[in-house]
Amino acid sequence: MKILVAIKRVVDFNVRVQVKPDGTGVATDGVKMSINPFDEIAIEEALRIKESGKASEVIIVTIGSNDAQQQLRTALAMGADRAILVESDGEIQSLKAATSLLNIVKKEQPGLVIMGKQAIDDDNNQTPQMLATLWKRPQATFVSKLEVNDTTALATREVDAGLESIEITLPAVVSTDLRLNEPRFVKLPDIMKAKRKPLDVVHINDTVEGFDDKELSIQKYESPQARQKGVMVESVDELVAMLKEKGLV
Amino acid sequence: MSKVLILAQHDGSAINQGTAKAITAALQISEAAIDLIVFADDTSIIAAEAAKLANVTTVHAVTTTNENWKLASGISEKIAEIGEGYTHIFGPSTTFGKDVMPCVAALSGQNQISDIMEVIDANTFKRPIYAGNAVITVNSNHDKIIATIRNASFKTGDMTSGSAVIENHTISNAQTDTKFVSLQSGNSERPDLQTAAKVISGGRGVGSEENFEIMYNLADKLGAATGASRAAVDAGYCPNEMQVGQTGKIIAPDLYMCFGISGAIQHLTGIKDAGTIVAINKDGEAPIYEVADIGLVGDLFKIVPELMEKL
Repeated sequence: MKILVAIKRVVDFNVRVQVKPDGTGVATDGVKMSINPFDEIAIEEALRIKESGKASEVIIVTIGSNDAQQQLRTALAMGADRAILVESDGEIQSLKAATSLLNIVKKEQPGLVIMGKQAIDDDNNQTPQMLATLWKRPQATFVSKLEVNDTTALATREVDAGLESIEITLPAVVSTDLRLNEPRFVKLPDIMKAKRKPLDVVHINDTVEGFDDKELSIQKYESPQARQKGVMVESVDELVAMLKEKGLV
Repeated sequence: MSKVLILAQHDGSAINQGTAKAITAALQISEAAIDLIVFADDTSIIAAEAAKLANVTTVHAVTTTNENWKLASGISEKIAEIGEGYTHIFGPSTTFGKDVMPCVAALSGQNQISDIMEVIDANTFKRPIYAGNAVITVNSNHDKIIATIRNASFKTGDMTSGSAVIENHTISNAQTDTKFVSLQSGNSERPDLQTAAKVISGGRGVGSEENFEIMYNLADKLGAATGASRAAVDAGYCPNEMQVGQTGKIIAPDLYMCFGISGAIQHLTGIKDAGTIVAINKDGEAPIYEVADIGLVGDLFKIVPELMEKL
């Protein structure tokens, strides 16, 4: 069984992004870029499944600019076998991403597609569900535990009420939550080795033929409303008095 | 005129308040006619509950089999099918809505507008990106808008005085590739974290699962729900459903009191709509104090017992 892992290059989670003064976007010049943290968990999970003998190959795919090759090389250094860059200059929206990924899925015929539940830039949380729908295969979203068997997988999902278990028939799409695993660190020799692993480039237009892109238009970016500066109190008595005054206790 | 179909969420016996919040959002679209769609293996009780939500004309009650009402693959096609006659299809921005609605969007050939926090007009909405560090205004000029509604941004509307008409449907060809197995749920005695007026929350500073008892005791004393930071959940101090933040629950209680939480940006995004934020931490430089309305620097193990005594 092949596993396809879809990743996205995003602003590193430690960066505090700023909206540009003219409201046309967020400032990304010179900002550190990384693999979306949820996608890094997806890579790790795929590698662990392969290491347990249940998968033969881990393929990484991303949609993005040529710069996203850096993130693909990182994934290869973690241990993935090969990578595909679907080259796209501008930002693309979720349904186009899912449509493009479906094209790759049909070529590669993976038994499992794993990807992060959301990218930490647009926080959309859509693409895995859309891919599963277009592919007409089961989905297990927000997964914190995954047990892969021959023709099925048992997935534990983090839901508002607690932990939900579902059984899905393979092939299927799994989206990862934070507690699925802790991704490994990349070692220097592996970075060298990753440079020799295959990385194919296709253009997005060749993966979305006939797609009617009903894009949403982003009219404006703005900073969120800041909360007013609060007060510091010195004692529990003072705190209790303030809470009582506000009618909160 | 806009016609809005809202996916109702329920646990088998009661309608989730996220549904009523989605109605509140829909009411901000001028001249909107609002219908609900609700799924269950036996719809008799829950459809009647859904019909009590105010401002709803029709409840589409869809009968499912084999607990398919809990699964995105069991219901999304029917939502898209019934949704054909609507200009908008909304779902709550809960894990249930987040699972289902993108499938409906894909079936409708649309992108989804996730986590609407403000309705500008029938086609224009505001939503947060980058863990709430930026807000975008999104416009759709397409024939249908599929969206999820951010719980913390809208008030729960009237859930008792409605008298909607119930229209029954069934799903004839049930899917079998996905099976619901089980749901493991924690303490249900305390108020629901997503809708509670008061929340007591603990972070890494609480130190252990045993120590979290003092959080639960304080919460019970105040009639509050309990929450936690990701660090506390990752460390195994408390279950995942208590996590508040970008990838956990986004909440807006009147009072949020947090103990031993430093205030990572991902956590702050989950609480910035709270009425009053109270922070107690031993590190006076912690970022939580930048958003706190009331801050107290000190040892939570001394402060909590004192609060138990004085509140």
